[in-house]
Amino acid sequence: MPFILNTEPQQKEMLEAIGLTMEQLFADIPAELRCKGLDLPAGFSELQVQQHLEELAAKNASDSICFMGGGFYDHFIPAAVSALIGRSEFYTAYTPYQPELSQGTLQAIYEYQSMICRLTDMDASNASVYDGGTALYEAVMMARRHTNRDKIIFDDSVSPLYREMVKSHTRNLPIEIIETPNRNGRINREGLLAQLDEQTAAVVLQNPNVFGGIDDFSDMAAAAHEKKALLIVSAYPLSLGILKTPGAMGADIVTGEGQSLGLPLSFGGPYLGFIATKMPYIRKMPGRIAGQTSDARGRRGFVLTLQAREQHIRRNKATSNICTNEALCALSSLVYLCLLGKEGIKEVAQLGADKAAYTFERLTSISGVQGRFKEQPFFNEFVIDLPVSADAVTEKLYDKGFAVGFPLSCFYPDMANSLLIAVTEKRTKQQIDSFAQALEAVL
Amino acid sequence: MKLIFEKSVPHRRGVRSARSDVPAKNNIKPGLRRDQDADLPEVGELDVVRHFTELTRRNFGVDTNFYPLGSCTMKYNPKTSERLAALDGFAGLHPLLGQMPYAGVGAQGSLEVLYAAELLLREITGMAALTMQPMAGAHGELTGILTMAAYHRDKNNKKSTLIIPDSSHGTNPASAAVAGYDVVAVPSDQNGVIDIEALRKAVTDEVAGLMLTSPNTLGLFNPHIKEVCDLIHGVDGLMYYDGANLNAIIGKARPGDMGFDIVHLNLHKTFATPHGGGGPGAGPVGVVDKLVDFLPVPVIIKKSDGTFGLDINRPKTIGPITPFYGNFGIVLRSYIYLLMLGQEGLERVSENAVLNANYIKEKLKKYYDLPVDALCKHECVFSAARQNQNGIHALDIAKGLIDLGFHPPTIYFPLTVKEALMIEPTETESKETLDAFIEAMITIAQMAQSDPETLHAAPQTTVVGRLDETAAARNLNVSYCG
Repeated sequence: MPFILNTEPQQKEMLEAIGLTMEQLFADIPAELRCKGLDLPAGFSELQVQQHLEELAAKNASDSICFMGGGFYDHFIPAAVSALIGRSEFYTAYTPYQPELSQGTLQAIYEYQSMICRLTDMDASNASVYDGGTALYEAVMMARRHTNRDKIIFDDSVSPLYREMVKSHTRNLPIEIIETPNRNGRINREGLLAQLDEQTAAVVLQNPNVFGGIDDFSDMAAAAHEKKALLIVSAYPLSLGILKTPGAMGADIVTGEGQSLGLPLSFGGPYLGFIATKMPYIRKMPGRIAGQTSDARGRRGFVLTLQAREQHIRRNKATSNICTNEALCALSSLVYLCLLGKEGIKEVAQLGADKAAYTFERLTSISGVQGRFKEQPFFNEFVIDLPVSADAVTEKLYDKGFAVGFPLSCFYPDMANSLLIAVTEKRTKQQIDSFAQALEAVL
Repeated sequence: MKLIFEKSVPHRRGVRSARSDVPAKNNIKPGLRRDQDADLPEVGELDVVRHFTELTRRNFGVDTNFYPLGSCTMKYNPKTSERLAALDGFAGLHPLLGQMPYAGVGAQGSLEVLYAAELLLREITGMAALTMQPMAGAHGELTGILTMAAYHRDKNNKKSTLIIPDSSHGTNPASAAVAGYDVVAVPSDQNGVIDIEALRKAVTDEVAGLMLTSPNTLGLFNPHIKEVCDLIHGVDGLMYYDGANLNAIIGKARPGDMGFDIVHLNLHKTFATPHGGGGPGAGPVGVVDKLVDFLPVPVIIKKSDGTFGLDINRPKTIGPITPFYGNFGIVLRSYIYLLMLGQEGLERVSENAVLNANYIKEKLKKYYDLPVDALCKHECVFSAARQNQNGIHALDIAKGLIDLGFHPPTIYFPLTVKEALMIEPTETESKETLDAFIEAMITIAQMAQSDPETLHAAPQTTVVGRLDETAAARNLNVSYCG
């Protein structure tokens, strides 16, 4: 039997040692609750399973040239990332409850936390949460706890995927969620300020926003703080190689999706939610946190710290229910950031921005195609308006080998002819030129 | 050892970026740029490889050592799952291809994996449908409770409390609380399972449901399960099955047949995906017929033409709880595991998990107190109370085991047992390994009497000794400031 080492004679020997039969081991389950055997297929060999899975993988269009984004990007991943995280001392370990034999995992978490703090200009990060959407949900819960208020104001240029997730997660709570409509692809400052009051727990903004546009939210941080509300910023971490940081803008909590930092797209997960904050709020933050300390001989070591916030100690009084998080994905992002280093992250971010700017120019020179948000600076993603339905164009481009599109019109009814385009460092000039030709041909 | 930041050398490079083949078209003004570079380390690829390889030497994993961490099901993870999950057809697929263009024509392989895995898990749990969206066990709990809340809202039931036994995992009361429910804790009886008389008193019309782990955290199967279900269903409450311990009964009994309405599974535990040093996991949630309409969208469906697609038109849904379809890469690994084991293999899983746990229990009960001396399922829980008389605590036993080459069991949990030692060997360990572990535990029991000082000083074989956790919390240093 695969993955079971004990032979039948050994099982017999063990049963004799404890004086029971295999059937008696399950005698505590009432007979009427026993199942009569599962109606499942018989097991397959490793080779058969591989052949089956290879067939399924071949049905996926992962070879399409990718201009899809929406918060999830086709970045290059250096070979050393998978080589290192594939070492089983990392991936077959679990939560480092025993620090003496988990220094590898714990030091990596501490280094990861330090990387996130340096990228975002914040003081403290946790060890990870599930993804960018749940990170935002946890940030909202943190703001409620800190302020004892229940009103949350989102600009609708925050990803609709994440706004929907926050609403689903908080549906059974006495929470008021306000969404102000963006103004021309930028946050609606007047609308946000009109909503901001003494009942507001937090204002939630995103940079770059769902349309790819970039901004400086320093004024909104000041306005929020004046009402003793918090500013939460959801950020695209790779963009922080060059963009003004949420910390520098005065954000109190920064969250985001870490997939861009060395994780494969993998059809939606596993990804990496990051969450970072300023020191005064660290005890309100959910999840594992690694801290530095030393042993009796003065040797430096790392432990899980501030555990009294967590569910295994505090149960229903915990800051969150999170237990298992995305440790291995956080490790991937750490290795990725080490490989890029101080110069590399700037170069990769700038390369994406340059290629996006080139793509924008190529596409908007096509007759009938124009940039949706004039004069709006963007990072590596932007919206164009087409003379026809974007869905139809998306399908015709797919037939020509290009993956592009985001369901904008589901969330913004006046954007049925709008197409969101993301360009990473992986796209070559030649791919961009053929993409532009293909778009021109299908219009 | 040094931090990666302390190995930084100015101007050293790891990867070289591609030369740009487009003109530098800078549309980002200085005011929108960061004014100082992110202070990332400057290291070469070899520095990085040596650094992380050195870190791996400072870790225990299932591949290096026996890892009987109770309630965590640290079984062996097949290597083929890693190879297949890395296929570009799976790893390189953008999640939006599941929705568009042509409603997911470019993602038929991955949609089929999600659909087929769900069918297998329906049969294993006895549930009518599952969502693969929850990204870990606790996320599954929250999803299940939100589903429960939606059901009560739909029926105009006024419900405010969830009943949770005192032996439960900490995530249960935490999930109930973050979902907006008050928690009513019910004590265990002298047999270690939920006290049925106390439960009877706790059941009121306010009760939305009850969360139960069976076998529970003592490894005991609840003999009153039918009665518990009847009590809760009597007030239109829902029965929630915490599937963390499903490994004990897989193929032998199904939560659906026991009367449960909602089930979450921990794929990383029962279905053999790597625990990753603390994740990622996956926590699919299954429900009975009357709750199917409330499951998160999108729902993966098989259409009449045999192709796979998404159904988002579900008016009663609790909404999406992930951006797309959950931790696809984890579901994929579990699907591979299920295909390899098949029906017969799964039954051998629970049999050997239970046999291994009972073998350890019987061999060690002369040496350690056994709070409930009964047949256990996948794990057994001892108490270090006897060793306490010599000043030895569960923590000292754990540290002593490290020096003998074993990952310690879960300690101080469940909270219902004083000085708990919770041992879960899993089915993938051999008798030889169990015998060596049993011998180590007996050695430690003897040392507790003859040489407690050595246990107090353990571990001695690791790269650091016991660390000062009080200092870590008092002088918080959670980010490198060099």
